[in-house]
Amino acid sequence: MSDEKRKPTPEEKAAAAAEARAKAESLRKLREQEAQASQEPQEEVSALEVKPVSEMTPEEKAAAKKAAAAEAIAKAKAAKEAKEAAEVETPVAEQQSEAVALPAKPVSEMTPEEKAAAKKAAAAEAIAKAKAAKEQAEASPPPAKPVSEMTPEEKAAAKKAAAAEALAKAKAAKEVKEAAENGADTADSAPDADAKAKAAAAAKAKAAAAAAAKAKAAREAGGDESGDDDAKAKAAAAAKAKAAAAAAAKAKASQATGDEAPAEEAPKAPSKNQPYLDKYVSRISEAFGQEVIEASYINELAKEVPTLTIQNERWHQIAQFLKDDEQLSFEYLSDLHGVDYEDRLEVYYHFYSYKNRQSLAVKVKTSREDSKVASVMDLWHGANWNERETFDLLGIHFPGHKDLRRILLPDDWVGYPLRKDYVQYDEEV
Amino acid sequence: MNHNILTTHVDTSSETGLRTEEMLLNVGPQHPSTHGVFRLVVKIDGETIKEAIPVMGYLHRGTEKLAENLTYTQIIPYTDRMDYVSAMTNNYVLCHAVETMMGLEIPERAQFLRLIAMELNRVASHLVWWGTFLLDIGAMGPFLYAFRDRETILDLFNELCGARMTFNYMRVGGVKWDAPPGWIDKAKEFVQYMKKELNNYHQLVTGNEIFISRLNGIGKFDTKTALDYSLSGVMLRSTGVKWDLRKDEPYCIYDRFEFDVPTATEGDCMARYHLRMAEIEQSLRILEQALEQFPSEGEVMGKVPRVIRPPAGETYVRIESPRGEIGCYIASQGKDKPWRLKFRRPSFTNLQILPKLLQGENLSNMVAILGSIDIVLGEVDC
Repeated sequence: MSDEKRKPTPEEKAAAAAEARAKAESLRKLREQEAQASQEPQEEVSALEVKPVSEMTPEEKAAAKKAAAAEAIAKAKAAKEAKEAAEVETPVAEQQSEAVALPAKPVSEMTPEEKAAAKKAAAAEAIAKAKAAKEQAEASPPPAKPVSEMTPEEKAAAKKAAAAEALAKAKAAKEVKEAAENGADTADSAPDADAKAKAAAAAKAKAAAAAAAKAKAAREAGGDESGDDDAKAKAAAAAKAKAAAAAAAKAKASQATGDEAPAEEAPKAPSKNQPYLDKYVSRISEAFGQEVIEASYINELAKEVPTLTIQNERWHQIAQFLKDDEQLSFEYLSDLHGVDYEDRLEVYYHFYSYKNRQSLAVKVKTSREDSKVASVMDLWHGANWNERETFDLLGIHFPGHKDLRRILLPDDWVGYPLRKDYVQYDEEV
Repeated sequence: MNHNILTTHVDTSSETGLRTEEMLLNVGPQHPSTHGVFRLVVKIDGETIKEAIPVMGYLHRGTEKLAENLTYTQIIPYTDRMDYVSAMTNNYVLCHAVETMMGLEIPERAQFLRLIAMELNRVASHLVWWGTFLLDIGAMGPFLYAFRDRETILDLFNELCGARMTFNYMRVGGVKWDAPPGWIDKAKEFVQYMKKELNNYHQLVTGNEIFISRLNGIGKFDTKTALDYSLSGVMLRSTGVKWDLRKDEPYCIYDRFEFDVPTATEGDCMARYHLRMAEIEQSLRILEQALEQFPSEGEVMGKVPRVIRPPAGETYVRIESPRGEIGCYIASQGKDKPWRLKFRRPSFTNLQILPKLLQGENLSNMVAILGSIDIVLGEVDC
């Protein structure tokens, strides 16, 4: 759920003005903190964000967003309270803070305040775990683990990390009144009523410190996890920096785009199929030269399949190579069809190599007026009917095909229906 | 049709001294053994098939063209009408393609319901195949048993989604309906019943002498041919390739369940018969586990934007339908309707090998070979 869908309550409206003022303040603070953060944990930030946001699960996104939201609000409140110390305002602001934080939070994840400490410990431990696992993973060649391969625990942990931090910050900003209800960590970091203005900044530092400490404790209790304490402290700091960056992005961006803001910031990790793509590209360019590959990329939308766009004129030779080359040996043609992009036609091939257990997508472009793509029927007999179908519906010609005639439509059909400018032929008109 | 098949050859100088003549035999499109509206023009010499030319398109409805003017949710019912014997897998492949593009998370309960629906449908589909295949080669009885038991599955589907055949059950992000109270128990009951019944099937047919002699060594091909012709599913596994997308490129939640991928090496009709029977067994095995682990509560729809707009780009996903590898390609331009939608239909692709298999065969083996490929014309013609 995006923030824009929230119904504005009277309390929120009342607080809106104050929030606006506070935003400027919090922005300034954030810049300071970012400047600070950029010095120490820079490499951890990038390391932690190996995962491309496009692969983030909805929960993770929600959690990241929530963290950002909660932080912004905590700061807004602290700043506001510094300006007007009137007691009456406080509950309103608190309500608002909750109102904002809650919608982002999945119902099942709603945690009572008193559980925060325990949760945070778990979170810190999880971060440390993830970090340790990542460090191990980095030792061996395969790149970052995609979310789809994450274990449920890891996912949950990542989620918790963000959630717990947000909670801790919001809590710290909520000052002494609630301290009695809160768990251990607020008790030792309970801010003074006079220190409201500093509360947000202080709470942040404290939360991180506490998280690190708890991580240590948790690990000692857990025993079997590997990784040193420094790693955990770093992980905690990195998570903090990440949240800060997200908050900054959030503050800058409008509320509607809150979802995308963190997504743009995260650096993309190379796909697990990148090495395969590189291999295909290098094999083909070695044999035929660089220019035959018009484009090569990992198609993130199609389960990261390596995709090549091949020069039309050389296609048949390269197809032969794809099939016969020892290292490629794509002996199976899964699919073949055409697409009309209005300025050009494209034929899309999906190959599979049972030997190497790898997929490959190939695209060959041709013009709409004189559409010709070399037939691969002699290499993969399965292309026979698919090429006929493509000819039938899109009017792409496949020189080299032995029996290229319509297959689904009657032989006397006029026109190619799947072309975008197709108009059905009618004798009466 | 302007094709050289219209010229036949008369041989008067045969060794036996008999005058033999090639003739054209038109099979279909309205012929029960083609399982729909499929036409074969067969050139025969005596009882030997010289050449067979498939003619199709009688059931072509232009699904892919229609889909370009429909929103993604509106396309789902059209997929029901492609492979109408196993519509659940068709529903799934479309939803899966859109979900892959949008990176949606499917709730646990919906995943289970999808998997259970797909596996029940696989059993139903194989039952239809079993009944009609045996009917084709002359055994009337099995058809009645198979359709009786399949009806139980259709009743289950009826309770689940209100339709016996064209389910329109799955949605992008989950499924439309939750299982009604008691449905899981009924499904469990059916699985237990079917496990026993399967033995009866084998007793009824599998050891039959005539049956064996009609299938053994008929319609044979090897792995290389299978790969060359882009065959998939049982057609490919019958030549010894252990390949099942449920196992090798897991989707949905198949990786959580234990099951085997039965293979054979003979590559003939008999091997395909045994594989499909073994697959029913494996499906029941998956169902047993899934029904046991079915979550007691939870959502059946994930968080999906009101208007489904996959990001601009293209995707191709493939899953294991009862007939083989069904794929869905979507080219999106970020709109609520696909720019291009293409289904890779296993029936269509598998059917390509038919002319090759029929060449030189006895005419009476034609229906056995066609039946063992297991096609659905709604899918061939799309």
